[in-house]
Amino acid sequence: METLAALGSGFAVALSPENLLWCLLGTTLGTAIGVLPGLGPALTIALLLPITFQVPATAAFILFAGIYYGAMYGGSTTSILLNTPGESATIVTALEGNKMARSGRAGAALATAAIGSFVAGTVGTLGITFLAPVVVDFALKFGPAEYFALMVVAFVTVSAVLGSSPVRGLASLFFGIWLGLIGIDLQTGQARFTFGLDELLDGVNVIVVAVGLFAIGETLYVAARRHAGQDEIIPLRGSLYMTRQEWSRSWRPWLRGAAIGFPIGAMPAGGSEVPTFLSYWAEKKLSKHPEEFGTTGAIEGVAGPEAANNASAAGVLVPMLTLGLPTGATAAIMLSAFQSYGINPGPLLFQSQPAMVWGLIASLYIANIMLLVLNLPLVGLWVRILRIPPPLLYAGILVFATIGTYGISNSVVDLMLLYAIGAVGFLMRRFDFPTAPVVIGMILGPLAEQEFRRAMTISNGDWSVFLTHPLSAALLALAAIALAGPFAWRLWQRGRTA
Amino acid sequence: MTSRASPGFAWPETLIGLGLLGLAVLVWWQTRAIASSPIYAKVGPRIFPYLTAVGLGAMAVAMVVQGLRGGWQPDEERAVATDWRAVGFVAAGLLFNVLLIVPLGFTAASVVMFVLVAHGFGSRAPLRDAGIALVFALAAFFGFAKALGVNIGTGVIERLLGA
Repeated sequence: METLAALGSGFAVALSPENLLWCLLGTTLGTAIGVLPGLGPALTIALLLPITFQVPATAAFILFAGIYYGAMYGGSTTSILLNTPGESATIVTALEGNKMARSGRAGAALATAAIGSFVAGTVGTLGITFLAPVVVDFALKFGPAEYFALMVVAFVTVSAVLGSSPVRGLASLFFGIWLGLIGIDLQTGQARFTFGLDELLDGVNVIVVAVGLFAIGETLYVAARRHAGQDEIIPLRGSLYMTRQEWSRSWRPWLRGAAIGFPIGAMPAGGSEVPTFLSYWAEKKLSKHPEEFGTTGAIEGVAGPEAANNASAAGVLVPMLTLGLPTGATAAIMLSAFQSYGINPGPLLFQSQPAMVWGLIASLYIANIMLLVLNLPLVGLWVRILRIPPPLLYAGILVFATIGTYGISNSVVDLMLLYAIGAVGFLMRRFDFPTAPVVIGMILGPLAEQEFRRAMTISNGDWSVFLTHPLSAALLALAAIALAGPFAWRLWQRGRTA
Repeated sequence: MTSRASPGFAWPETLIGLGLLGLAVLVWWQTRAIASSPIYAKVGPRIFPYLTAVGLGAMAVAMVVQGLRGGWQPDEERAVATDWRAVGFVAAGLLFNVLLIVPLGFTAASVVMFVLVAHGFGSRAPLRDAGIALVFALAAFFGFAKALGVNIGTGVIERLLGA
């Protein structure tokens, strides 16, 4: 009951005309950047971070959450019509969705994706509403040692478990942690890794890193692979309404996708690739029309993964709001927005900023309704955005990248740093390094160090504090298993075959 | 896991590993330079940097080993020839942007960058691109930047228009 009352007051905040406008702006912008290949929510929110100096925190987070949700909806349109996933989380949607579009059923694919996103997004938001207070109660008992152990778990899963290679994932993570360490150490006032440059005393700006990796690096990568084959946009044919049969084939995958996506997203491991692949696999097994998978396109293969994707996106907000633990690049950038307001997300957030948190959660329900309208009747508008020629699109992205970085400091050093990180980002994309761990390491690394030093100070420098607290020990053991498990498994397999 | 095209030495991956090893050494060396008072000996500002250096170094060694054994690039990535001409034009656009933004201002620098990048991506209508870039950059300057309250380098063109 307490939760419902809090949610009610949240709706009072979110339904104010001003906040409704922020929500509409966020969802529209989010859909647009989700549709455009090469632009993602992490980059967009990073470019909009200066807004935190201008508008109240509630408005900014309603805007950012709208962009985050919107990008998930928009990404599916690109996957279905262009076969180039707009977001990594919509790779699976492209598998069946594009095949459906090729066989003239683009309308039904878009409809099941949008309605499935709405159903799962709403289920996920309900999940946030009722799970968040539970996690908060639990997290209030955490000490620094437990927090540190939890962050280690997030580090390991985000970089080593979810990616294609633990070595490259961890390398990205350590690189990010190092970037986060640059600047004045807040506890002792010592400058670290500033190489004598005054510009680095305040640390490397997260905008510079995010824009460098996601805008500059991505543009260079796309330029380098210009000859990798052009994708054609499939014209939108057929009615946007689903037939009775398509409805009956869609609703179970929507609910199953939501049930798979939300819990995985809400775990301190995060990631939306795993739940979408799991959902795809499950729908393929359960479908009564397995012959349509990979041939003419099966609607279940769009409905399930799209739902899983949106539910997991909602789930990611749970550890982010209740523990201050970002498990994706977008959540990490949102965390840095909180920091720029001087707010620390975590269990205390629900007590110190109830109007903001519950206003944000209530706005997620509203955002889902807006997105359903934006993405179904208005889908033709987004298809037009898809037709922007790549030369103009990427040149425009670089102009925005300049605004986002040069604008904050008017410093040519920042611009050069941006390009240096862009070059690193290009190499990372070219050689299959995940980029999200860099941003997560950069934001979460200094927080992990803070908790580590707090725990060590309390224990008078006794390292065993992390192992004598049962919860901390269990979490660290979990991280160790997640890290070493796959290696051990392979060794054991090799031993058996040899 | 990615499939390997040919077993044997893969120089790009080995070089990346060696570069990362260089970074690890740099981080270690710079960590030694951080002043640390004995009061903070156990929880000082050096512990995390040292851990980071060790982590980077360990991953770098693993990468060099992988590189010597044939690398990790998937075949399809290897099969696509890198379009260095396109990359060159994009890089030139970025370089001109950083060189021109102070003397000429945001709009002029953006137009030059826009035209070069669009050319790199295969556009063959520089005048049309310049026109689009001018409108786009001015809209960005007066709309986006002013709305966010950020100052992005007023220059020749902006002053003509009264900014």
